[in-house]
Amino acid sequence: MIEYRSVGKTYDDGSPAVDDFSLVIPSHSTTVLVGSSGCGKTTLLRMVNRMVDPTHGQVLIDDVDIATRGPVELRRSIGYVMQQAGLLPHRRIVDNVATPLRLAGVPRREARERAMDALAKVGLGADLADKYPRQLSGGQQQRAGVARGLVADPNILLMDEPFGAVDPIVRADLQRQLQTLQHELGKTILFVTHDIEEAFLLGDQVVILRKGGVVAQAGSPAEILAAPADDFVRSFVGLDKGRRRLRIAELDGQRVVVDEHGRPAGVLDPTLDRT
Amino acid sequence: MTWARANSDRLVDLMLQHLWLSVVPVVVGFLLALPIGWWASRFARPRAVLLAAGGILYTLPSLPLLVIIPGLIGTSFLDPINVAIVLTLYALALFVRIVADAFAQVSAEVLDSATASGYSWWQRFGGVELPLAGPVLLAGVRVASVSTVSLVTVGALVGVSNLGSLFTEGFQRDFRTEITVGIVLVVILALVLDAVWVLLGRLLMPWTRLRGAG
Amino acid sequence: MSVFSEAFDWLSTSTNWHGPDGVPHRVLEHLGYTALTVVIASAIAIPLGLWIGHTGRLRGLAIAVTGALRALPTLGLLTLVVLWRGIGLTPPIAALVVLAIPPLLAGAYAGVESVDRRTVDAARGIGMTEWQVLTRVEVPLSLSLLLGGLRSAVLQVVATATVAAYIGLGGLGRYLLDGIAVRDYPQMLGGSLVVVVLALLLDGAFALLQRLSPT
Repeated sequence: MIEYRSVGKTYDDGSPAVDDFSLVIPSHSTTVLVGSSGCGKTTLLRMVNRMVDPTHGQVLIDDVDIATRGPVELRRSIGYVMQQAGLLPHRRIVDNVATPLRLAGVPRREARERAMDALAKVGLGADLADKYPRQLSGGQQQRAGVARGLVADPNILLMDEPFGAVDPIVRADLQRQLQTLQHELGKTILFVTHDIEEAFLLGDQVVILRKGGVVAQAGSPAEILAAPADDFVRSFVGLDKGRRRLRIAELDGQRVVVDEHGRPAGVLDPTLDRT
Repeated sequence: MTWARANSDRLVDLMLQHLWLSVVPVVVGFLLALPIGWWASRFARPRAVLLAAGGILYTLPSLPLLVIIPGLIGTSFLDPINVAIVLTLYALALFVRIVADAFAQVSAEVLDSATASGYSWWQRFGGVELPLAGPVLLAGVRVASVSTVSLVTVGALVGVSNLGSLFTEGFQRDFRTEITVGIVLVVILALVLDAVWVLLGRLLMPWTRLRGAG
Repeated sequence: MSVFSEAFDWLSTSTNWHGPDGVPHRVLEHLGYTALTVVIASAIAIPLGLWIGHTGRLRGLAIAVTGALRALPTLGLLTLVVLWRGIGLTPPIAALVVLAIPPLLAGAYAGVESVDRRTVDAARGIGMTEWQVLTRVEVPLSLSLLLGGLRSAVLQVVATATVAAYIGLGGLGRYLLDGIAVRDYPQMLGGSLVVVVLALLLDGAFALLQRLSPT
């Protein structure tokens, strides 16, 4: 469990990124912080592994204030996946993935084996292991980034817009893969994005942020859609543009779901009721 | 050729002396510039001051400097150490700028990701920053090395023996062959040393052999 | 530090400021060689460099040649040229010209190459001839790097002309080389200080000029 206790951050130049933020992130589930740029979501994420230290307030992991832990040791216990993968350009893919293990003192051979396992888990073939990052496509690099985040089997995985820089088809693929992995591994994932679709797709808990890290609404995707807290949330999730407001229409005896402009969004399938 | 063969022992001696006077300044200058240049790459104010100082130092002509240095530090006028010091100063002036540029071009995201992976400061410096600055540093070492090998010859004018001594001797004896041999040997020495740096770079930075951006 | 006070004594002795061996005359000589060398070298290297930068042709060759010339020892070239062509002004100046070409050439082609290709495209697009593109767009925009090349060339020639006193050239190097011959350290040191001051003044003048240039 990760807990923010009224944390705030003002940067050295005086600009406040986060004012007063509190949240509990339950274990073994995915929480997504979503908001436009400047809402402080990345700052909040980076507080968890002490890449950013809050100006006030506390961050606790399993009820221990992380300010009492050394940043380097803390970071080694937490997986981190960032935009553009952040792979080291001078290390082969397998060595990149093995980095967290090597830093933790795992012997070279064992680290390599576990890195190969992690690569397989994210769908990268063994033939790519000895290549350098720039020889891979953006999507493949991102997969390697996820593999590096998972390789040391951390309880917590921080993901900072990990799929923001790849094209939509690859992104959808990566999102599906992450869902599958999470189903299997049950990590505590804190995920940051500006894309509400991605947030609803991946999040068990979704936290919509305004500027300065103010929580506009937190809840499951269904809760947010069913009862948006205010106009800001309604607009942010797209309820004001008609895209999300659906009704049922009859078409040749089939029941079709259409949006408020009459554009079809799908069909109503009664066999799905059981799930 | 006959002359070169007849004097091969002496030529080898001069070449070794020349090699010594070239490598020491490049290596010492580089090692001194590493922390200074790193510091300059991180902070704007020292950067401006250090780069300006380096520029001025590099402006000073070598022969007058060879005369001034013994006066400043009290060494004997004929001491080879004067040549080593002057050339080290040049190398240092050149390297401070190159080292600052080399560290400045290392991607901030990569450093960030290394920190997030749990690298300590020293691990990050040695394992990420230094290797990624490596190609630019290597290019700098090559430039400094070539010009230092050539500059050492000026030391012959103040009586420090090296391959440049072949120029002064040849000139006094009106003997062109000796000068030509000297020029050829200096160029060969510069090329061989350059090849050594390139080879060293390939060994230490295998990833740079790949084609493509980096 | 007494050697320095002796050097200052030498510098303040009035006989050292008069006649053909006096400081003003030597400074003028030195500047004269420098100007002559840089003008000749510029006439060769700058048009060539602009052409290489504009057309992109012979670029590899230019880089190779400038690199190779950097390895060439100045003193070797100077002594060889004099033994080969005799004493006089022409052989040493020719050698100085050869050594001044690389920085000028590099400044010229690097300058033109540094101009944003989109700007050059736009210039062609509005109907400029290649000559107009070069003279009205590329040269003005590359002025700063051109001046940088000129600056390194001038400073290099000032330094090399000092060394050239060894082969009989006049100028400030005389104080150093004649001093070495008779072990007159105060004169060597005094002369050295004059060269250093001259180099710094020239460098400062160029720094000012570069700051004033529009690019």
